[in-house]
Amino acid sequence: MVRKLPSKDVVIIGLCWTGAILAHELTDEGLDVVAIERGPWRDTASDFPPSYAPDELRYAIRGELFLQPKQETFTFRHKPNEMALPIRQFVSFLPGTGVGGAGVHWNGQTWRFLPTDFNLKTHLTSRYGKDFLPADMSIQDWGITYDELEPYYDKFEYLCGTSGKAGNLNGVIQEGGNPFEGPRKRAYPTPPQRQPYGPTLFAKAAIETGHRPFPQPSSNLSQGYTNPLGVTLGECTFCGFCERFGCGNYSKASVQTTILPVLVRKSNFEARTNSEVLKIEKDSTGKKATGVTYIDASGETFFQPADLVIVCAFMLDNARLMLLSGIGKPYDPVSGEGVIGKNYSYQLTSGVTAFFDDKIFNPFIASGAIGMMIDDYNGDNFDHGPMGFVGGGYMGMGQTGARPIQTRPVPPGTPRWGSEWKAATAQHYNSTISFSTHGSNYSYRDAYLDLDPTYKDTHGRPLMRITYDFHDNDLKMSGFLTDQLASIVNAMGAKQVVKSPRKGPYDTSIYQTTHVCGGVIMGEDSATSAVNKYLQSWDASNVFVIGASAFPQNAGYNPTNTVGALAFWAADAIRTQYLKNPGPLVQS
Amino acid sequence: MTSLPLTRRHLLAGTSSVLALFSVTAHARTYGAGTGLPWEPNGGEPPLPINPQGWLLFTPAEARMVEGIADRMIPADTLSIGGKEAGCAVFVDRQLAGWFGQSTRLYMRPPFMNGLPTQGLQSPNNPILQYRTGLAALEAIAKKQFSNRSFTDLKPDEQDSLLKDMEAGKLEVPDGYSSKAIFDLMLQNIMEGFFADPIYGGNKDLASWKMLGFAGTRYDHRDFVDKHNQKYPLPPVSIAGRARI
Repeated sequence: MVRKLPSKDVVIIGLCWTGAILAHELTDEGLDVVAIERGPWRDTASDFPPSYAPDELRYAIRGELFLQPKQETFTFRHKPNEMALPIRQFVSFLPGTGVGGAGVHWNGQTWRFLPTDFNLKTHLTSRYGKDFLPADMSIQDWGITYDELEPYYDKFEYLCGTSGKAGNLNGVIQEGGNPFEGPRKRAYPTPPQRQPYGPTLFAKAAIETGHRPFPQPSSNLSQGYTNPLGVTLGECTFCGFCERFGCGNYSKASVQTTILPVLVRKSNFEARTNSEVLKIEKDSTGKKATGVTYIDASGETFFQPADLVIVCAFMLDNARLMLLSGIGKPYDPVSGEGVIGKNYSYQLTSGVTAFFDDKIFNPFIASGAIGMMIDDYNGDNFDHGPMGFVGGGYMGMGQTGARPIQTRPVPPGTPRWGSEWKAATAQHYNSTISFSTHGSNYSYRDAYLDLDPTYKDTHGRPLMRITYDFHDNDLKMSGFLTDQLASIVNAMGAKQVVKSPRKGPYDTSIYQTTHVCGGVIMGEDSATSAVNKYLQSWDASNVFVIGASAFPQNAGYNPTNTVGALAFWAADAIRTQYLKNPGPLVQS
Repeated sequence: MTSLPLTRRHLLAGTSSVLALFSVTAHARTYGAGTGLPWEPNGGEPPLPINPQGWLLFTPAEARMVEGIADRMIPADTLSIGGKEAGCAVFVDRQLAGWFGQSTRLYMRPPFMNGLPTQGLQSPNNPILQYRTGLAALEAIAKKQFSNRSFTDLKPDEQDSLLKDMEAGKLEVPDGYSSKAIFDLMLQNIMEGFFADPIYGGNKDLASWKMLGFAGTRYDHRDFVDKHNQKYPLPPVSIAGRARI
């Protein structure tokens, strides 16, 4: 039996970055908001105190803060003619769960996308001609411009207290910042973090080879900071237990350290944890959501009526909830029609490792986002005409920790065990550094999401099926980035430099990033996108779907800043436009 | 992570069988509504040090084999103590006796099918079964190849030759198993034991962290981040402090 609860103005599915931002903004508007979160409550003092947060086995290896596949997973195949099998343990990407979502265990790398990333299709076809793009590439414009989003990037960065050096202030290039970034209205809220030896050496070599290095924007803060909500974050201590971990020091921006202390004091907000939304319910017209059905930890099922449904789950679950609820036409890769599940994309990363014999790097002195980077080869910052591919990425040396179960670099050919292994491990641990490229992944007609016909979750619902593989364009792009990076690293005088280019096929048994994107993409046209430029469903105007699910393709950057900016942008549209006149904000 | 006390949070997140067992009615908890951040004494779950006495999962014979394997993978030399003395077998035993051993947190619903390597783990056999099967196969081949001697009685180079066969996937194992997959699992777990915090039973006296120069759980490196190319001067610290618990 389903118990019907008293109606709310707003129900939010998932209390992570996007859910907390929407909850904060809409409660400020005076609305009565409930957030329904499938995982547990999490807070700094009780869940990751510094006394036992630095535990590599528990958090990084056994994945205590991640979604457990037994609760929900996804199936995977490379091509439509393969049998999709369940991802039985998460390795390639690591979905979060619980209050804060994956924003608890992120690195804090806080990038803006380039202006040309948002009108990508228009830009590339006007610069290179439409025949330049591969026939099966399905990239689209976002329906929003960088200039429209800039104030909301600013809001998210000032919420987090992001530490960085502006490269472009109102169109004036700033020495020491990223000269390729879009113009920003004001500087970062806090100065860059201090840099260890490795990134410093990289920056020197980058300058010597004609590049323009800058400190990576970091939401592990360089100094104490009180955000506009009145919440104070502390200075990062470089403990080296950042990505895959919660921050016990209140130094890494997360909903715990930026929003929750204010949000939970509001009488018009509540969060229900260990409660999983099964479905968004619709009225008889099918054009309007009436609320959500959810099941709690005791197995009881509830219907929570609401005027507005905001979908803020992990991006794969955003797409899955839309399919399970029958909102929007499912994407069909054969006809190319339909929108839900369309344009699933990822990130192409690669690495270079340099072995020295005369240097000490102390690689464990680290934060999730310190490092020196270059952006010369990102997006369309360089001429692709002679390249034969589109896309790009940033690259450089980020020192994110050297926890020894996972990080023990040895030269290729070293045995995996025994005396020779041990000698090499001890010799190289402190004198080796690794560099990475962070490449874009453009979307393709045969990379998509749909419901799996075979495998089910604990509630008997079909799992989401991922059909995805790397394409030649993107592998070529990644190979180019890797070569450029290696040529800079070669200028550093290492004894041995080893390239690890990304190779196909996509392998779910190797960690790459958690930057999975698409499936409920935003755009200008209801025939080719699932949500409009305000993240509002074209098919049910009181449903907004927020997250990296909205990316029509992925740029060569980490997604969180753009996800946070889109959350503020959508919240603003709801506050200033939708509430005055509920209905479609853009006519389809 | 093993033998943790059953806290409120476990109950809230727990399965219906756990709930039935303890006859506690769980409600999804509500937060907010003007109450401020919740504070619950002991709401978190600090790790409990393992008791190194005895074996929870391995038979004594299996335990001796795993100790022997740990000493071949991580031999004692001038750089550090060996895998056995570091407690790697104790570590693996306690991990297998916890949720890890039974794949409790993984997606283990059928149908199980052989996939491509790029589709990741697809075996229905949990780590306990993998170890039991792998150790039995290793013992059987030792007796067959070396005149009925047990694996633990072999000379180090004889043990190495069998382990290398196993690593190459050449050891005979029952259908549904792969000797390479079992070897990889043992290697992964033994290395985890050697390099993890000693609170889980391995890395005795912080042997591996001292060998590497890893600072461990020291939480504040602000005074050293920009001291470039200088050796970090302090010894490592673990969750339970500097000395072995």
